[in-house]
Amino acid sequence: MGRNVNMYEDLKIGVLELQGDFAEHSAMLGRLGAHAVPIRSVEHLVGIDGVIIPGGESTTIGKLLRDWDILPTLKKMIADGLACFGTCAGCILMAKDVTGYDTLPRLGTMDVTVTRNAYGSQVDSFETDVLSEFWKGEKLHAINIRAPSIDAVGEGVQILASFGEKAVLVRENNMIACTFHPELTDDTRVHELYLEVVRESKNTEALKN
Amino acid sequence: MNGHAKVLDGTTFAKTESAVNGGETGTGTWAVKVGLAQMLKGGVIMDVVTPEQAKIAEEAGACAVMALERIPADIRKNGEVARMSDPEMIEGIKAAVSIPVMAKARIGHFVEAQILEAIGVDYIDESEVLTPADEVHHINKHNYSVPFVCGCRNLGEALRRINEGAAFIRTKGEAGTGNIVEAVRHARSVNGEIRKLKGMDEDELYNYAKTIGAPFALVKQTRDLGRLPVVQFAAGGVATPADAALMMQLGMDGVFVGSGIFKSENPKKRAEAIVKSVTHYKDGKVLAEVSKNLGSAMVGIEMDSLVQKWAGDARHQAA
Repeated sequence: MGRNVNMYEDLKIGVLELQGDFAEHSAMLGRLGAHAVPIRSVEHLVGIDGVIIPGGESTTIGKLLRDWDILPTLKKMIADGLACFGTCAGCILMAKDVTGYDTLPRLGTMDVTVTRNAYGSQVDSFETDVLSEFWKGEKLHAINIRAPSIDAVGEGVQILASFGEKAVLVRENNMIACTFHPELTDDTRVHELYLEVVRESKNTEALKN
Repeated sequence: MNGHAKVLDGTTFAKTESAVNGGETGTGTWAVKVGLAQMLKGGVIMDVVTPEQAKIAEEAGACAVMALERIPADIRKNGEVARMSDPEMIEGIKAAVSIPVMAKARIGHFVEAQILEAIGVDYIDESEVLTPADEVHHINKHNYSVPFVCGCRNLGEALRRINEGAAFIRTKGEAGTGNIVEAVRHARSVNGEIRKLKGMDEDELYNYAKTIGAPFALVKQTRDLGRLPVVQFAAGGVATPADAALMMQLGMDGVFVGSGIFKSENPKKRAEAIVKSVTHYKDGKVLAEVSKNLGSAMVGIEMDSLVQKWAGDARHQAA
């Protein structure tokens, strides 16, 4: 891709390490030259430029976010412009509405409605190529593991890739969410896009001060 | 401690496919099988026998549950033939929770596995805790869309299971004892052998592969990665938050807790404490906090007083 691996070296990205595939996200950030900062408690949030909510079990991660009292602080930081990226469980935890599971403790910062395990149980998990509107019709390889679906998006939400009728990769201002797992592939495009969003939100922050 | 030599990247486990399988797309691919195990990392999988227990486990933060008719501690007491659970009972647990539901099939019982796949369990544990159905052969796990987890006592056993299609490995430990000693033995055995591999050149690897009865390609991949080429959990004897953290510090990616939770005095509190101990496994202060006032743990069994050891079961020759 001919990118400069050092272009993100000033970025410190908090990776939520409560449960799930956080190591895979950190490895992806490492490949792009950004610094991954493990987030296991609220004091780890200080000084980060962005945050990633990994794949895993949304009930487990949501409960631990609440129990370790990370939830209110992180929610406020995202509302104030911190760039946030969630995959699969991360997408569920970012969603304003979760069909049939409204009690799930979560960030709820993104104006989307999701359904958990939308495709069925593990035997229905699948990998496929999805169409990316954002990358001008280029394909993205989507690994879907007990994946959620994004059933509705608010006005400010941009659809970056779709599978059939459903949005699978979306952006709303400083937030990106996807229902599949780019961190399980060799394709760095989605993480690069996220780091560009981090860059933007960091610059906006700098202007404010 | 097993010195994860290379930084784990997202495709590390999926690449094990080239050593064990051909490439595919759609459902039941190697990437989605190992992928679910990757999503379970840093989590606790709990044995449950009723939908009510499954709900308690889910609310306590379990990343999956193992649906069973009887937990290992009770199977031990009864000393009967232990088989796959009633599919209806497993479906009842599936209906009660939103997290993945696993179930056990007997070693070599490929029809029990077909039944479990048909009712849509999320992972099958081909388990030594049940009475072996075949003294020589394991299930050919490549034949299924549903992924499998298998137990191991050492590296050779782990790699043979992966070669047969297991997408996820756990220590055998000694289930139903509340005694961590065997799980530690098995984790240390795998770690120690991987450390030995690191000093070997290719010529030596061929011979070592033969010695431990494992395929060369997987032995080489294990050496190159500095760890097993699939996700590896601890199982068999975890009873306390400290046990869980011990196994995590020994390099395991997560833990199974069987009898340890629902055979203890306060299952909900103990379950939550073990979940927290796995996230904060290196933090002594958190471990101290979550270990307080849990009530009594399950009563442990000393290995010498065990009538039957499942991990090294002589009825199963082909481990």
